[in-house]
Amino acid sequence: MSTTPLQPLTAPATVTSWYEASARTRTRLLLDPGSFVEFIGPEKREVSPHLKVFDLPEQFDDGIVVGCGSLGGAKVLIAAQEGRFMGGAFGEVHGAKLTGLLRGARDIGSMPVLILFDTGGVRLQEANAGELAIAEIMRAVIEARCAGVKVVGLIGGRSGCYGGGGLIAACCSSLAVSEQGRIAVSGPEVIETNRGTEEFDSRDRALVWRTMGGKHRRLLGAADAFVDDTVQAFRDAALALLGEAGGFGLEILTKEQARLEARLRDFGTCADALDIWSAMGISHADAVSSLPADEFITLADAFGRISHDAR
Amino acid sequence: MEDLSLRHATREPAGGTEAIAIVGVVASGNLEVLVERVLTDRECLVEIRTTAHGFDDVWTAVVADFVERYSPGGLKFSINDGGARPDTVSLRLAQAVRLMERAR
Amino acid sequence: MATWQLEREARDRRIRAGSAVARGKMVEAGDATRLLEAILRPGDRVCLEGDNQKQADLLSAALLAVDPAKVNNLHMVQSGVVLPEHLDLFERGVAKKLDYAYSGPQSARIATMLFGGKIELGAVHTYLELFARYFIDLTPNVALIAAVSADRDGNLYTGPNTEDTPTVVEATAFKDGIVVAQVNAIVDQVPRVDIPADRVHFVIATERPFFVEPLFTRDPAAITEGQILTAMLAIKGIYAPYGVERLNHGIGFSTAAIELLLPTFGEKLGLKGKIANRFALNPHPALIPAIESGWVTQIHSFGSEVGMEDYIRARSDIYFTGSDGSLRSNRALCQTAGLYACDMFIGSTLQIDLQGNSSTVTTSRIAGFGGAPNMGADARGRRHPSKAWLTAGQEAVAGGNALLRRGRKLVVQIGETFGENNVPLFVENLDALELAEKLKLDLAPVMIYGDDVTHIVTEEGIANLLLCRSSDEREQAIRGIAGYTDVGRRRDPKQVARLRERGVIRRPEDLGIDPLDADRNMLAARSIKDLVRWSGGLYVPPSQFRNW
Repeated sequence: MSTTPLQPLTAPATVTSWYEASARTRTRLLLDPGSFVEFIGPEKREVSPHLKVFDLPEQFDDGIVVGCGSLGGAKVLIAAQEGRFMGGAFGEVHGAKLTGLLRGARDIGSMPVLILFDTGGVRLQEANAGELAIAEIMRAVIEARCAGVKVVGLIGGRSGCYGGGGLIAACCSSLAVSEQGRIAVSGPEVIETNRGTEEFDSRDRALVWRTMGGKHRRLLGAADAFVDDTVQAFRDAALALLGEAGGFGLEILTKEQARLEARLRDFGTCADALDIWSAMGISHADAVSSLPADEFITLADAFGRISHDAR
Repeated sequence: MEDLSLRHATREPAGGTEAIAIVGVVASGNLEVLVERVLTDRECLVEIRTTAHGFDDVWTAVVADFVERYSPGGLKFSINDGGARPDTVSLRLAQAVRLMERAR
Repeated sequence: MATWQLEREARDRRIRAGSAVARGKMVEAGDATRLLEAILRPGDRVCLEGDNQKQADLLSAALLAVDPAKVNNLHMVQSGVVLPEHLDLFERGVAKKLDYAYSGPQSARIATMLFGGKIELGAVHTYLELFARYFIDLTPNVALIAAVSADRDGNLYTGPNTEDTPTVVEATAFKDGIVVAQVNAIVDQVPRVDIPADRVHFVIATERPFFVEPLFTRDPAAITEGQILTAMLAIKGIYAPYGVERLNHGIGFSTAAIELLLPTFGEKLGLKGKIANRFALNPHPALIPAIESGWVTQIHSFGSEVGMEDYIRARSDIYFTGSDGSLRSNRALCQTAGLYACDMFIGSTLQIDLQGNSSTVTTSRIAGFGGAPNMGADARGRRHPSKAWLTAGQEAVAGGNALLRRGRKLVVQIGETFGENNVPLFVENLDALELAEKLKLDLAPVMIYGDDVTHIVTEEGIANLLLCRSSDEREQAIRGIAGYTDVGRRRDPKQVARLRERGVIRRPEDLGIDPLDADRNMLAARSIKDLVRWSGGLYVPPSQFRNW
């Protein structure tokens, strides 16, 4: 353990954009003031062993901050990905830090884990190590949850939550997402490259967001809470979700399976998110994208699918 | 990648008592600066790993101006650079000193 | 007996030939090429309306499809060379000579074609200059224009993007030329008449609306701390002391930062109502927060901006609107307004030399001039005073009889010492010089001449060139704010220190600004979504700018 490398004391959490903030700023403002203690901090220089082979710059924390702190007075473990360093991608060290944190959580059994996702998926330059890391992390999430640990994902960064990140997010107890947050496995460009622009036009940003963005994920029940783009809103959501989410076992998984089957049955023929929203009974589906956060939350509470009964 | 190591004598020790600080991220046009209070009072070391080749003289000038202006005695700066512009480098170095100036 | 109406007779023959493929004035889109073959003659001067935003794209495609045996060697006289088709015309031999003003998206290809001799270049102009020549020696024989709708008589509604159309039509129709309009729709009654029917000879309804580029939308999310710092310096070090009320902004991120700092930083300095209240400016979305906070009184626009239509309509106190409620823009008049009725132009550039000459030309790109040289030039014909104009004039020429002293327009270049890809803003010699030699031009394409520039702002500070008394001082003032570029590192530190004592160079600390305070939280909007929120949902940004 090391002391906390502090960040400038600038804006408070209420006005700090989650989307714009760095992993360190998010961590500092999300937790109770001054409570964060970092594990394997940047001064340990535990950098990627692969990037130098490609003549690429390293980052001292390999793009992920892990540690512990308190949230509303209760102890939590926390991991925050830096979406600006290599798109927040999972490499060997980056992945191992998260795996270790989750295994620690499993062993302790009583401290919940917050994962601040901001990732495009596996790091191309260390693909094998990265893929293995994703598998290890998924297993570690499940093991932690089996040991009674709540694992909450927070998604609203500039790199979204893609690839293996999307898979890990799906293993979490619950997720909070903002409008800017995107959750998926294949990214827009990947889909377009493989299936053509007719299938998915990655430059049509409105299409990207209404397909993968926070609002759609919340309405579908893929995310449990929708929040405004401030660190304070994510903090409030994390506190609420830690109060709610819980349990893991066959019964929950069976319910989850039923929920997903129902979703496919109800919306499987819809060609666009707008069709899904209309099918949900939302009268002005085309206005959803432009709704401010508070109005959208009211709408989602009325129409959106709730997932936490299944998780 | 190119490695540079610039050592300076300073007029006086850096203010504050913070032991360590980090600012910035490694991204295109950006850099991270890790500062540690590990040297003697009148000594300053700036170690740079950069993607941009052939800018030694610019780095030397930027760091010399920085040391002249802030006199960061006792501080070791470790930089991972993603090709930041000199003004960004100056800004991050200044931000790093400001963080260290706080009392614990 | 001498004949004095040959042109009119020629025009009538062209109209008769064109009428063979028309019903009245109406021509089917599929017959557009046949129409052009009927009305065009080899060597004609043709204005194919390509502005910097809207494009007569159907007519470009139709012109490209003509039989080069029938229509060839055209002399294109148009403000914007923007679509690939505009240059394909030269590849096919349909066109031969070119006089233009702006070629942003085609800047690389046009350079290659000029080097390759594929295009015979008349000249590269500023907008106002080209428009002026439409009435003297570059009058079009045929104008191919774009409008939103037409009625059955041929009255045209050009909508918010009126831009160059009235000027082009004026020059063509009143000098026995032919005007062909492509329109998005034929309607019973146009919302307002922008071009009267008697100036329009043929109308073609298109299936797709004409192309419009959102050229003036700057995403606040991309504004850097460095740009915020330069914007703070400009507001506190230039806008405030000169009391600049009437002005034009360029389209870069630094000026977008200024727009977004007015309601925050500007407000804190107590400058509301004292600066930046009247603009010659396109409807920049970045100005919405300043408008909503009551900073801006009036804006006249060159063109429109995609997504701003509803906002403009709802803010008619600020913008110029027609009887139908939508924006009326006019490039020629707005350029004139920028030249004569504004006290300041502030904008970015790619290269600045040691005397302050600036250029956006690199050896492989010729982007043209557009409007910046008209905005960024002292208007020697100006006679009305203002505080900013007189103050600048006094700084330029101290002493003498105040009543005989000219004022000066403030022409400010703003930028960071290193631009994209770490390319230095400051150079010993402009690339434009090398280009002029290569192309054997009589003039190097200089965007703004050094003797028109009054201030240069970088993150290193402000150089006030008005106060420089020799070309040597001017050079050191520029080197003094050129940071770690080669130009900057070759400064004479003693001379720079003296210039700073005289206030010729002012550093951030001289203005009481700490670079560490330059923070994105100071921006009134940090994203396009914030701009939508400020507009009360009236601004509807195009899809490529959304992340929701």
